[in-house]
This record gives sequence, structure tokens and C-alpha cells, in this order.
Amino acid sequence: MNIFKVLPVAPEQASERAFGYDLIFWTITILAVVFTILVFALVLALAVRYRRGSSADRRYPVYHSNGIEAVLTLVPLVLGLGIFAWSSADFVKFRQRPKESMEIFVIGKQWMWHLQHMNGIRENNELHIPVDTPITMTMISQDVIHAMYIPAFRVQYHVVPGRYTEMSFTATKPGRYKMLCAMHCGTQHSEMVGFVYVMSKSDYARWIEGGGNRYEPRAATMVAAGEQVWNRKACGNCHAGMDTVRGPTLNGIFNAQRRLTDGSTAKAAPDYLRESILLPWLRLTKGYETTMPAYKGQLTEEEVLQLIEYIKSNSNTSTSGSPQPYSAPGARTLPTPTHPENATNRANRYGSAGVTQSEEGAMNAR
Amino acid sequence: MSAILERTAAPDPQVKKNYLNADHTLASWLLTTDHKRIAVLYLIGVTVMFFLGSLAAAFVRFELTSPRGQILTHETYNKMFTAHGVIMIFFFLIPAVPAVLGNFLIPMMIGARDLAFPRLNLASWYVWTISAVIVLTGLIMGGVDTGWTFYTPLSSLYSNTQVSLVLVGLFLSGFSSIMTGVNFIATIHKMRAPGMTWFKLPLYVWSHYATSVIIILGTPVVAITLFLVVLERTFRIGIFSPELGGDPVLFQHLFWFYSHPAVYIMVLPAMGVISEVITCFSRRQIFGYRFVAMSSMAIAAIGFLVWGHHMYVSSQSVLQGLIFSLLSFLVAVPSAIKVFNWSLTMWRGSVQFSTPMIYALAFIGLFVIGGLTGLYLAAIDTDVHLTGTYFIVAHFHYVMVGGAILAFLGGIHFWWPKMFGKMYNEFWGRLSAMVIFLGFNFTFFPQFILGYLGMPRRYHVYYFAPEWQFYHVASSLGSTILGIGFLMPAFYLTASLLRKDNVAPANPWGAKGLEWENASSPPVTLNFESQPIVTENPYNYDPIEDTNKVRREAGLPEIPREDPDKEVHH
Ligand code: HEC
Ligand SMILES: [Cu+2]
Ligand SMILES: [Cu+2]
Repeated sequence: MNIFKVLPVAPEQASERAFGYDLIFWTITILAVVFTILVFALVLALAVRYRRGSSADRRYPVYHSNGIEAVLTLVPLVLGLGIFAWSSADFVKFRQRPKESMEIFVIGKQWMWHLQHMNGIRENNELHIPVDTPITMTMISQDVIHAMYIPAFRVQYHVVPGRYTEMSFTATKPGRYKMLCAMHCGTQHSEMVGFVYVMSKSDYARWIEGGGNRYEPRAATMVAAGEQVWNRKACGNCHAGMDTVRGPTLNGIFNAQRRLTDGSTAKAAPDYLRESILLPWLRLTKGYETTMPAYKGQLTEEEVLQLIEYIKSNSNTSTSGSPQPYSAPGARTLPTPTHPENATNRANRYGSAGVTQSEEGAMNAR
Repeated sequence: MSAILERTAAPDPQVKKNYLNADHTLASWLLTTDHKRIAVLYLIGVTVMFFLGSLAAAFVRFELTSPRGQILTHETYNKMFTAHGVIMIFFFLIPAVPAVLGNFLIPMMIGARDLAFPRLNLASWYVWTISAVIVLTGLIMGGVDTGWTFYTPLSSLYSNTQVSLVLVGLFLSGFSSIMTGVNFIATIHKMRAPGMTWFKLPLYVWSHYATSVIIILGTPVVAITLFLVVLERTFRIGIFSPELGGDPVLFQHLFWFYSHPAVYIMVLPAMGVISEVITCFSRRQIFGYRFVAMSSMAIAAIGFLVWGHHMYVSSQSVLQGLIFSLLSFLVAVPSAIKVFNWSLTMWRGSVQFSTPMIYALAFIGLFVIGGLTGLYLAAIDTDVHLTGTYFIVAHFHYVMVGGAILAFLGGIHFWWPKMFGKMYNEFWGRLSAMVIFLGFNFTFFPQFILGYLGMPRRYHVYYFAPEWQFYHVASSLGSTILGIGFLMPAFYLTASLLRKDNVAPANPWGAKGLEWENASSPPVTLNFESQPIVTENPYNYDPIEDTNKVRREAGLPEIPREDPDKEVHH
């Protein structure tokens, strides 16, 4: 196993600009380390050699020396100007709009990214783009200032209300990359998070053909199918990783004893679960009211079975592997529900959506 | 450093009258115009604020140990980091060194009996205290969730928290800064003792002079800016919100026009402390006095021209960005000069590792890392990926905590015997300096990596990137050590006040300077028993005699003195 996967020290390089960026980054790092060592060594050497009572010769102390000061001024100045010139050149390139590029329109709002393709396909908190194709984002905010930040591409630019800003990049590696908001924008700032899916050109063409994000891949298993239903019906809005005011967690409830409002208990066997989904008000879980919609007539029996399998697959203990949509502890006080399709679920779905088997293999090998 | 006209007899063994025991009533403290007493009042105030700010930080670090947060809601988390930032910046870092040490020392160092405007000085403390109460009320009753930067339009139209109250408090606190700044400038210009020419001033005074210039030029700008946000919030006057016809980026320009120089308000006085401590414990004249003094002024001047480096990706033009980047590189040079000059001060000196010196050396180490990581952020291209991430957080903590707070603690330990006439326990002092140094690096170094990996600051949860957790846990563990390090001085310094057997002599370190040589510990109410007259250069130490004293006691041969006949070139 690759230790850098578990404990990374550098973000992935997935854009045209990333390598050049890292070159400057690590050059500065080397300079910084050299200087740090230099100063530490100087301080330690002087402190030890001239410690009180040592026999070191202290005659002819130097109290000022224009020569030394000139070196101390010029060396940092010249190195600094060198870095300035180098990094400025790269920045100018970054800020130039490529001659031909695919346009993506970005709207930032508390706390979600809306993205729209030229052909009208819309996405929320996720963006599908083809590899090796220059992309230009035209961005604006609907409310406060946000910042579109894709670490693997080494790009970031503010998304400001009242004016358009622009940012261009070219992704070079298929895969899934974090797309974050890097400017504090209020309560759920840290959940203004999504993913960029970089696809091979042929996969991208297929994705467009399938109607963009309406396209749902055929699920491989009952559990995966259940998860799709779960996401489509947004059960996660009320059922999170823990009990909230909106609904009890369903993690680990399978076959557990449930306490009901009338004081009795019931075992959460498949029949009970089916009833709880289709006609939830018949038996209410203790501490809750009749807020869950009845899904009778809205779900096929097949879908209910799939949902039950999905609920079954979520144990209480595991958190990282749990596909339960996450709801922050903050959910208790949040006025608006979080986006029903959360990042984790999208992440899982991508495995079958965009990346072909071979590419996935290549990504794992890294 | 100076000859005194008539030196009074050796201090009376009986308890002498000094500024502390001159009067014991509460009114004598609350209505005092004695700069030393006001310094003590400020010391109590900033210490309380420091621990409140640390408490908020503790919550933040605890939350981040898990990718999904621990006990707080998003809302409360946001209020916590805002409280941490607001308290630490406006009520600890900005006033700490100037209002405590500066207040106490500037008149003493230049041979004056008080500041130029003693009542203005007391007024500044009242304004500070009232504004602290207002801000704390806002932060506790309701809280603020915008971050200490108060970016519009989040702060002006979108936040439903106590923004207005807190901003009014901060607006007021600006006046307290300005009063102190004006006072220092007038005092340094007009009240120097006979013979104390500009280039005989201790470097500490120079650094405060530079700081005061920044304070009186910059603070009005930020005060007005914050006030405009209040106006927009309450009367919906369109200044910063596009919905009302304003410009949100304008706020950033105005805010950073002050808040970048504010970094120097926090760091320059700290640098002044280091110059005093390093020279005393190296028993040597500072290396390159004029360069160190003038670099403070250069920093103050260029520091006003670099604010745009906070806004490389906030829609300013490419040309603007490049100019700000260039200027940011220039402002780094004077700081580099200082670091090397401090280091070279030990050259052919006689170095003692007392507590203040260990703090000063730790300061140099951390300040170097803080300064060098500034290169990534001054360089416009590398900043694109790092701005708004934990890299920034790590960088400014290295400068602010590693720089300003370590120097403040170093200064407190250095002048503690002078301020209170008591010696603290040297063992605990050295230990605390080392624990803080270790804990600090442990806390903030992992945050550089987090930032490079792309962790944005002010994120409460990061469940989409569990690989970040290791660094957060490491950082939180480190912060526990750091917290212990900060608590230690609180205990042993307080203990030193209560004990009776640790009375400090007038000059326990054998330091040069009017406050050490011409005043008792603690000083009398009017500082000096007679008017000091300055004839020597500052830092006129003798490292050879200092070392030979130790060698004689140990029965070792003495090291040689300069041969007066030999011509020396250097
Ligand atoms: C509007 C909020 C809401 C939505 C949406 C929602 N639920 Fe519920 N759900 C609740 C509440 C509240 C309860 C507890 C009261 C009750 O038993 O009806 C509950 C109870 C349940 C239970 C019984 C749990 C127990 O404690 O024994 C199951 C199973 C369940 N929901 C499944 C689902 C599924 C599957 C979906 C999506 C198809 C869904 N829920 C959508 C609010 C919701
Ligand atoms: Cu945002
Ligand atoms: Cu700055």
C-alpha cells in the first residue's frame, strides 16, 4: 500500500498548470528549507560557541559592516525577485483565457454550486468535463462571495455577487476531484462541496448523450439500487447518520427493537420496515410525529425491497464506509435542508458512471 | 548606558515606596495616570482576553479532530472561530506589546517621568475596556459568524448574528489604539532625556515609533470601514452590497489597507523586544544598529503598499496583482535583515540562556519559518492555490503566535522583575519556553501540509476528505501541548508575586538601559529619583568582562582583551 495515499503530502496533479505550479512550490520549499537550516545553524553555532564563560576569542567585535548588510539585503532581494518573475509569468498564463475553450457557467449561492453547460445540461455540486479540453468558467454569485477552488488543478478564483469573474483550466487526468468553496460564506460553508469528474472524451460524449446528470447507470446490486432510490427520494434529508429532529437514523436499525409512541416496541424486521416506508403513520417511532410522507403509491414493491436491502447494509458502527447521507450535527438548527444528493453518494455512483474499468484501474495504481 | 547626576544611596533594605505600593485603594488604580499602573491594568486585561481567545481556539481544534465535527453545530463552530480571531487580534495581539510593555517602558527607556499625555493614556484604557465589554457581549450573547475579516456582503446583509454590536465595539477599540499611538509619538519626540539622541534610542523605542505611525495612519481607515458596514446593515445604505449598488471588493481593499499593516502593528513591537533581549543576553552591542532601526521604518512605509496580496484571486486586475506581489517581496527584505542582525549579535558576545533569551531564540526560529512561508503567498501564482486554505492559517500563526506572542512572553519575562520587583522560577521559565516552542510547531506545522492539500480554512467538516484527519488530529494534539505551555507562565508568574523570598534587585540581568540602571525594581512613581542624562550608546555591554567573571570564578584562565596597539581592520 502506498503511504502517500493514506497520508498524502501533496495534492494530485490533474491539470495542465499543476506541474508548473508544483515546480515553483517545491523550489520555494527548497529555498525555505535551506534558509531555515542556515539561520538555525547560525544561531546554534553562535550561541554555543559564544556561550558565557567559553574560551572563544572575543576580541575585535564587529558592530556594523556595510559589506555584510549589503549581502543580507541583496541575496534575499535577488532570490525574491527571481521567484517573483517566475511566478508572475505563470500567473499571467493562468489568467489568460484560452483561444478556444468550452464554457461552463457557474453560479455560487449559499451553499451550493450550480453549473450549466453550453448545451443546457445543468448540474448541482458536480461538474462533468472532458479531459484535455480547455475549460473557461464564467462565474457569478447570487448572494455572498464564494471561491471556486479545485485543489487538484491548483486553481482558485472568487465568485463575487454583482460581477462576472472568469477562470480557465485544462484537466489532464480522468478522475474525480474535489471542488470546494474556499471563501467563508456562512453557516454551511464547509458543505459547499462537490466534485469535478474528468472523463475521457468518449465517456464524456456518452454522458452528454445520456442527458447529463439525469443519466443513472444500471445498478450492479440490490444495495446499490436501493441507494439510488434513497437518493432519488431524498430520504437522507430526514434520516442522517444520527437521530435528528427531522427523523431517526436508520443506521443499524435492521432487526433492532424500536420503541414506539404508544409505549410498545416493535422489531424492525422487513415487514415493519416496509410498513414504515409505505404507511409510516401506522406505527410512529417514539419522539417523532407524522412528518414522514407516506410513500404508498410512489414506490414500486421492487424499490421498497431494494430500500430495505440498502437500510440493512448500513450498520451502526461503520462511519466511513457508510453510504448514509451525512447530515452535520448542525442539521438540528438548519433552516433549509441540505442538498439531497450528498457528496458521498455521488462519489459512489461515479464508479459506474463516468470512468471506464481500465481508467479506474489506472487511478488505483497511482 | 548613562551617567546619573547624583546617584542616590543603595536601596533601603526596608520596603521602599514604589509605584505599586504607593497607594493601595482601588480608586488609586482606576484613576491612575501613572503609565506603569496603566500598563499593569492592560496586562490584566489582555491576559483575560488571551485565555478567552484560547478557549475558543480549543473548541475549534476539538471539533476538527473528526471529519464530521464533534459537538458543535455549524453555526456555533463559525461563531467560535470568529470569536477566536476577533478576541486574539483586536484585544490581544494589537494591544499586548504596545499597551503593556510599551506603556511601561517607553518613558523609562527614554528617561521621562511619564508619557506625554497621561490622562489620554488612562482614557485609552477605559475605551479599550468598554469596547472589550461590548465586543464580548456581542460574542457571547448571540455571537458572530462572519470570521474576523467581516467580508461583505456576508457581514453586511446576510449574517443574522450580532455583527453590528461587535463592529461598534471594534470601532471604539480603534480609538484606544490611536490614543496610544499619538501618545507614544509625542513622547518619543518631546520627552527624551538630555543626551538621548535619536540614534541613542533603544531599538525597542524605534520599533514603537514605527508602530505608532502605522497605528495613527491605518486605524482610522479600518474603523470607518467597519462603521460603514454597520451603516449598510442598519440603514441599508449601499456601500458594499451589489444589491444596494455597492461594491463588495471595495470592502476588502479598505479592510486590508489597515489589516496588512496591522500585522506590523503586532510584529514590530515584538521585534523591538527581541532586540533588547538578544543584546542583553549576548552582552553585546546590537549588530547593525542603524540597519535594524531603519528596517523598522522601511517596514512601516512599504507595509502600507502591499495590502492587495490578500486579494490576488478576488477579481483585481492582473497588473494590480503583479504590482502588489512585487511590493510584497520588497517588504520581506527588511525582516530578513533583522533576523540576520539579531543572529550576528551573538557573534563574539557572551551568551546566557536565561528564560527571556530562550524565548527570543524560539522567536527567531518561528519567525524565520513564518517569514519564509510568506514567500509562497507573496508569489502571486503559488498564492492562487494556497489562499483561503490552512496554509494561510499556519503562516500567520507562525508570524503572530510564533512572532508576536513569543516576543511578548519573552518581554514579560525580561521585564517582570522590573515591573513587579519579583524573580520568577527560572527552571519553570525555561521549561515553558521550550514546551511552547515544541507545542507550537506540533500544532501549526501540519497545517501547512493541510493547506497545500487543499483544506480550506473555516471548514467545520471535511467528511469528503478523510485523509486530512491525521493532520488535524496531530495539530489538535500539538495544541494541547501548546495550551499547557501557555498555562505554565500564568501559574509560576502569579506564584512569584505571592512569594516573599524572591525580591528582585534593581538590575537582575546586568542589563543596560535607563530602566535598569537608573531606576529601582519596581520603579518609584515618577520612574527616576533624579533626571538621567545619557552619554553612552545603547547596548554598551562588555562581553569579555562578562565571560571573564565566570572564568575567574571557575578558576579558568581569562580570555584576552583587545591589544590597543594593534591596528584592526574590519
Ligand atoms: C420529511 C422527513 C422524512 C422523509 C423524507 C423520510 N422519512 Fe422516514 N421517517 C421520518 C420520521 C419523522 C420517522 C419517525 C416517525 C415514524 O415512525 O413515522 C421516520 C421513520 C422511518 C422508518 C422507521 C424507523 C424506525 O424508527 O423504526 C423507516 C424505515 C423510514 N422512515 C424510512 C424512510 C425511507 C426509506 C424514506 C425515503 C423513501 C424516508 N423514510 C423518508 C421522516 C422522514
Ligand atoms: Cu461558498
Ligand atoms: Cu498582508
